[in-house]
Amino acid sequence: MSTKQRVVPSPIASPETEPFWAAAREGRFLVKWCTDCGRAHWYPRAICPHCQSGATEWRPASGRGTIYSFSPMRRADPPYTLAYVTLAEGPTMLTNIVAADPDALAIGQAVTLEMVPSEDGTPVPMFRPA
Amino acid sequence: MSARTARACIVGAFEHPTRKAPDKSVAQLHAESAAGALRDAGLTRDDVDGYFCAGDAPGMGPTSMIEYMNLRVRHADSTELGGCSYIALVAHAADAIAAGRCRVALITLGGRPRSEGVATGTAARLRSAAAPDQQWEFPYGLTTVNGYAMCAQRHMHQYGTTSEQLAWIKVAASAHAQHNPHAMLRDVVTVADVTGSPMVADPLHRLDCCVVSDGGGALVVARPEIARSLNRPVVSVIGTGEAVRYTHGPQIDLTVTAGALSGPAAFAEAGVTPADIRYASVYDSFTITVLLQLEDLGFCRKGEGGRFVADGNLISGVGRLPFNTDGGGLCNNHPANRGGITKVIEAVRQLRGEAHPSVQVRDCGLALATGIGGNLAARHASATVILERE
Repeated sequence: MSTKQRVVPSPIASPETEPFWAAAREGRFLVKWCTDCGRAHWYPRAICPHCQSGATEWRPASGRGTIYSFSPMRRADPPYTLAYVTLAEGPTMLTNIVAADPDALAIGQAVTLEMVPSEDGTPVPMFRPA
Repeated sequence: MSARTARACIVGAFEHPTRKAPDKSVAQLHAESAAGALRDAGLTRDDVDGYFCAGDAPGMGPTSMIEYMNLRVRHADSTELGGCSYIALVAHAADAIAAGRCRVALITLGGRPRSEGVATGTAARLRSAAAPDQQWEFPYGLTTVNGYAMCAQRHMHQYGTTSEQLAWIKVAASAHAQHNPHAMLRDVVTVADVTGSPMVADPLHRLDCCVVSDGGGALVVARPEIARSLNRPVVSVIGTGEAVRYTHGPQIDLTVTAGALSGPAAFAEAGVTPADIRYASVYDSFTITVLLQLEDLGFCRKGEGGRFVADGNLISGVGRLPFNTDGGGLCNNHPANRGGITKVIEAVRQLRGEAHPSVQVRDCGLALATGIGGNLAARHASATVILERE
């Protein structure tokens, strides 16, 4: 078992997503909502993928979700677990599950947000068992 | 049999015999494959007036390869749909021919991920920082294998599919590959061999994954009257479909592929059903890729893929649906990490009666080739062609 600490590559923000990462650096996790159709989406866009409206806004998210699917990469060094997590707000996001024994994970399991620093320090949203 | 007349026919098909080519350039693999397909068709370079390629072609779209091969074309098309591009390009070539934009279309592929030591499938790749999905995927280590693994995990959860059932897909491919002298993996494997091989990304084992090979391939598509003038069995393109699906939309469903759209479109155009298909080439980047496509194309109901593939049902001469009789990407060849062209090539061999005698399907008059490009757990394309021997 590797003892290396996993530090993931930092996200490369675009003008469209800079507010998300600025909030992340303050420890806040935002989700994009459409004020026209009233639905949240992931990944965050200026244009709502549901209804094509440009009336989208950032809102704080609960950080609660459930595992939709997952796959541990046991042979990676250090190992990690890729997952899709369905947020309490509705959308499903690609992420990692941290601080968990991969053999103890299950689809449908409740997870909670953990902001994990990347290479340049920018925290990226990951999840651990609730 | 079919309701429609063909727009075009596949008159030449060639799979480059190399599986490791450190001494060749990518352009050379394209050109050697092109020469092989034209030789197979009984045509020459001067007959080609349309050229088609995808993202593996070196340089600027089709222009670099057209120059390298010294072609004179009046129609060129580059379509990037990942590994299934070449199946889609058969449709695009048939459309261009039907529209009168060209008469003889050349499609080529080539690449050398094996010689270049590409960490195929197991390492996250930064394709383009400008890709809108990049910042939401790259930091998390989404690779090809763990993406497809999440699809398998979800299918197992929803439908009770097992690793043993997935393993049967590899077993069938290996049963065919033993007869292919060019195949990378020629040993016949058992279900226990597959489930006992090292886990790469749960629940996919090493033997659930395709090979990494250098190589190339080419196809020649022509007007029906040209096909009939050549001294070869005529293979007509009677149905085609393509589609794109993605996960970052309204609703995620990792158990369904874009084949659920491309397949029915191709069947509707051809006027045939899955039960009519005598042989199927099904893109096999991983075992789960095959299972999902078989369901989505209607060879069995959604969720029943595991039972459908079990017990040798995909083995030629044994099961109901002979598939990938060249050994497929799982055992034979996955040139340039793009298996679409070899899917079409083996379907052509079957329709001509030129597959290996041990795996040749008797009276093979109707065949299908279908494939996936991209990552099923992110965004991907599917393309399907239905081919008929005239």
